[in-house]
Amino acid sequence: MRRKALRAAFPCTLPIFAGFWFLALAYGILMNKNGFPFVYPMLMSMLIFGGSLEFITASMLLSKFSPLAALTVTILVQARHLFYGITMLDRYKGMGWKKLFLIFGMCDETFSINYTARIPDGVDRGWFMLFVTVLDYAYWVSGATIGGLVGAHLQFNTKGLDFVMTAMFVTIFMNQWMQEKKKYTGIIGLGATALCLVIFGPDRFMIPSMALILLLLAIFRNPIALAAEEKEVDHT
Amino acid sequence: MSPMTLPQQIITIAICAGGTMLTRFLPFLIFSSDRPTPKFIQYLGKALPCAVFGMLVVYCLKDVSPLSGSHGVPEAIAIAVTAGLHLWKKQMLLSIAGGTIVYMLLIQVVF
Repeated sequence: MRRKALRAAFPCTLPIFAGFWFLALAYGILMNKNGFPFVYPMLMSMLIFGGSLEFITASMLLSKFSPLAALTVTILVQARHLFYGITMLDRYKGMGWKKLFLIFGMCDETFSINYTARIPDGVDRGWFMLFVTVLDYAYWVSGATIGGLVGAHLQFNTKGLDFVMTAMFVTIFMNQWMQEKKKYTGIIGLGATALCLVIFGPDRFMIPSMALILLLLAIFRNPIALAAEEKEVDHT
Repeated sequence: MSPMTLPQQIITIAICAGGTMLTRFLPFLIFSSDRPTPKFIQYLGKALPCAVFGMLVVYCLKDVSPLSGSHGVPEAIAIAVTAGLHLWKKQMLLSIAGGTIVYMLLIQVVF
């Protein structure tokens, strides 16, 4: 049962392997160049396991000690996980001991795969999602550790490889978009976030974006819920 | 090197890790499995995903500036290639690999 789930989960994580290794290596190298031994990127990637925040924590460690600022930045940068949790409430229900690690390791990419993957018949859902989570976690931690170990000795032109994450989210978004008959929620997500990016700039747009998305979803609850029901009727 | 002492470094990293876990675990702690989830939260669980993936696409592109550098042209071309491949073949890995290779070629060779 486990082997079957692993065989189904592994191909789904390949784009993440490429993206995570590149980003985590870059992160480990950065830490190494800033004078931190490899245990720093290793432990930070194991404990925090959130790419963008780890880069921010790296710069925090190079400035004055400020615990309150650290907490504020963490909540602001990571608040989007609240949305993932709300979405996965039902799917992670009844997962027993697996649930703890599923939630602990729920980064953007793992959430995306676990939410969207079509798990083949006969494959255990719990094990499938656990393997996706564990594999993604292993890619990130190993990349950061190796980056911290080899540091600046690495020489090859990987410029632009980080686009693999953007491309992955584009295809996942398209899959979701094509499933929706009425495109309300997709338009809200793209539009609200783009609008807030223009107004608030790249460092402060995520919280306003999330607030605006919630507000719009609340305002247009009736038409959106109606469209979702139609979709469900179509499926049966 | 860090201007912080080792305990200060440990506290900083612990806050970042603890804060992250708070955002991941909070919905599961508030809406526990023995009580029924409120209707509005159930609705959000269904309506959020597509909005969230739209949000993530924009989030990935947040540092692209249309007014300076390469004006976001390589990103626009690479996304068009990714989307085009995906509409044509509907193979996620192919779309992702195609778009990424085009992007790498564009910024390493052309721009």
